[in-house]
Amino acid sequence: MSRLLPFALLAGLVVLPLGLSASPYLLNALITTGILTIGAMSLNLLLGFTGQLSLGHIAFFGIGAYVSALTSLGFDVEVGFGTRVVHEPWPPVVGFLLAILAAGACGWLIGRLSFRVRGAYFVIVTISFAEVVRLVALNWVELTQGPLALTGIPAISLGLPGLGTWTLRTKLQNYYLVLAVGTFCYLVVARLVASRFGRTMRGLKENESLALSVGINATRTLTIATVISAAMAGAAGSLYAHYLRIIDPDVFLFSTTVSMVIMVVAGGKGTLMGPVIGGLIFGLLPVGLRPVMAPEAQWIVYGIVLIVILYVMPRGIVPGLAKLFTRVRPARPVPVLDASPMVPR
Amino acid sequence: MSAILSVDHVGVRFGGLVAIADLHFDVQEGEIVSLIGPNGAGKTTAFNVMTGFLKPSQGEVRFRGTGLAGLPPHAITRLGLARTFQRTSVFPDDTVFDNVMIGLHRQGAAAPRARLLDTLIGRAGAGERRLRARAEALLDWVGLAGRAQEKAGALAYGEQRLVGVALALATEPAMLLLDEPVSGMNASETRVFVRLIRQIRERGVTLLLVEHDMPMVMEVSDRIVVLNYGRLIAEGPPEAIRSDPAVIEAYLGQGSAARRAIAEAQQSAETREAAHA
Repeated sequence: MSRLLPFALLAGLVVLPLGLSASPYLLNALITTGILTIGAMSLNLLLGFTGQLSLGHIAFFGIGAYVSALTSLGFDVEVGFGTRVVHEPWPPVVGFLLAILAAGACGWLIGRLSFRVRGAYFVIVTISFAEVVRLVALNWVELTQGPLALTGIPAISLGLPGLGTWTLRTKLQNYYLVLAVGTFCYLVVARLVASRFGRTMRGLKENESLALSVGINATRTLTIATVISAAMAGAAGSLYAHYLRIIDPDVFLFSTTVSMVIMVVAGGKGTLMGPVIGGLIFGLLPVGLRPVMAPEAQWIVYGIVLIVILYVMPRGIVPGLAKLFTRVRPARPVPVLDASPMVPR
Repeated sequence: MSAILSVDHVGVRFGGLVAIADLHFDVQEGEIVSLIGPNGAGKTTAFNVMTGFLKPSQGEVRFRGTGLAGLPPHAITRLGLARTFQRTSVFPDDTVFDNVMIGLHRQGAAAPRARLLDTLIGRAGAGERRLRARAEALLDWVGLAGRAQEKAGALAYGEQRLVGVALALATEPAMLLLDEPVSGMNASETRVFVRLIRQIRERGVTLLLVEHDMPMVMEVSDRIVVLNYGRLIAEGPPEAIRSDPAVIEAYLGQGSAARRAIAEAQQSAETREAAHA
């Protein structure tokens, strides 16, 4: 059953809009939730599978958003010494790919910088990095428009050979785009975790000295994980920019990182489905609460829900339910389900 | 015979504390050597220096002629010098089988491109299948085949040690350092382990162990190196060590733990006086 859960959820998400295509509000909530969930999945790759907490994860997301937006809008800036860099607009799909590359490159830089010391230092470096990037976005007005925001970002359009281009303007189209990218990211993480590389990540997390002693290069492993995680967050940021069509330095808000951490921790870090479940719950909670209370009061409920989840299931929803599930049927002498039965063997 | 490992006048100081004053010995290829000494003699510190977990304050360690100064632990392992740990010898949340698979992470690798493809499409490629076979063979060899699907952290102490040995062997070492491998094992487990050590040597692996179990050390070692207060006080075959007055004085002849403790207390008081004088 646990193996079928991802497929069941995917099938549900595929048919879901058919029931609510009349409600742009719900569709919008689902799209933003989906984008944040991709961010949570990328964070989980670091926090859950290597144990490193990136508290500036939103930086990679925001960099992806800005790179993608600027690529497709074009810019004309002076970079000093009288040199001007002029960029003509490129198709948004190119922006999407560049967003992934740029965020990944930043991930490499941050990884190289901080993984010699790790732990708390990684947390500090990521927070500072996010703040620096936010300040650049806010103050380099010539490039980013600063607080005036980048507007008129084109929607993603896919060039289909022989059929011309297909621009994803409606919410429904964007919903399926996000779902497709999210599914792809899920598969990438799933494959990665089950691979040889995934084993080195787990080894480092479980017993670092032992991992080093069997020849695992800690800096290299963690840097690669950060690059992949950052690239994924960059992809999410790009989707965000092309869906909202407007971005401002508020995409770098620290609270968004916190939301992603909450999604991962509540859902179950170190499990594949954890960030997805956590993302759906906390992403859609405001939708359920909106009819009954003011947005300010919703934050209180948000906190209470998190506390209750972690009180009842300290390791998160997915491991908690998996444990419950194994306890209900203890009699079978099949291979023991471990704490993360979602990980394919 | 040639020296596979040379510990060349190594000293380790933590601030004012001298953990190892001056350690100098060689291990020949194919030997089983034991490093013994009372608690606090600097044995584990010596291990940590040899495997790159600690930087020596002076001297250097050479493995097969390569100086290990400045090399990180994973690079030393890749040169063929593996180790086990005294306490935490496993990846606790993984199965025994996956533990060994983590240890095999660098072995039998297919071409990187094929590997990437296998990873992306989730195929157990040829390399992966070979690794699984290797892991099974290794577990069978150390006698853990029946435990393969159990969580390593849930195993008994002695069995966790065996997992640690299997992990170290998975890196295909030329030399293996075992840190108190039989502590916490009962007599029959120890006997089995001694046999395993001999089998490891027959595979061409040189062994250096730190151990407190004297009968075991005497039985298995070709040569014994005795440390006390960070200094080498004796070196030789088991028979010679057994009758060496300096060793008896420092360690073996003290019979009960209480008498040994008294002797140690006196000795440390003397050294303190000597230091004050």
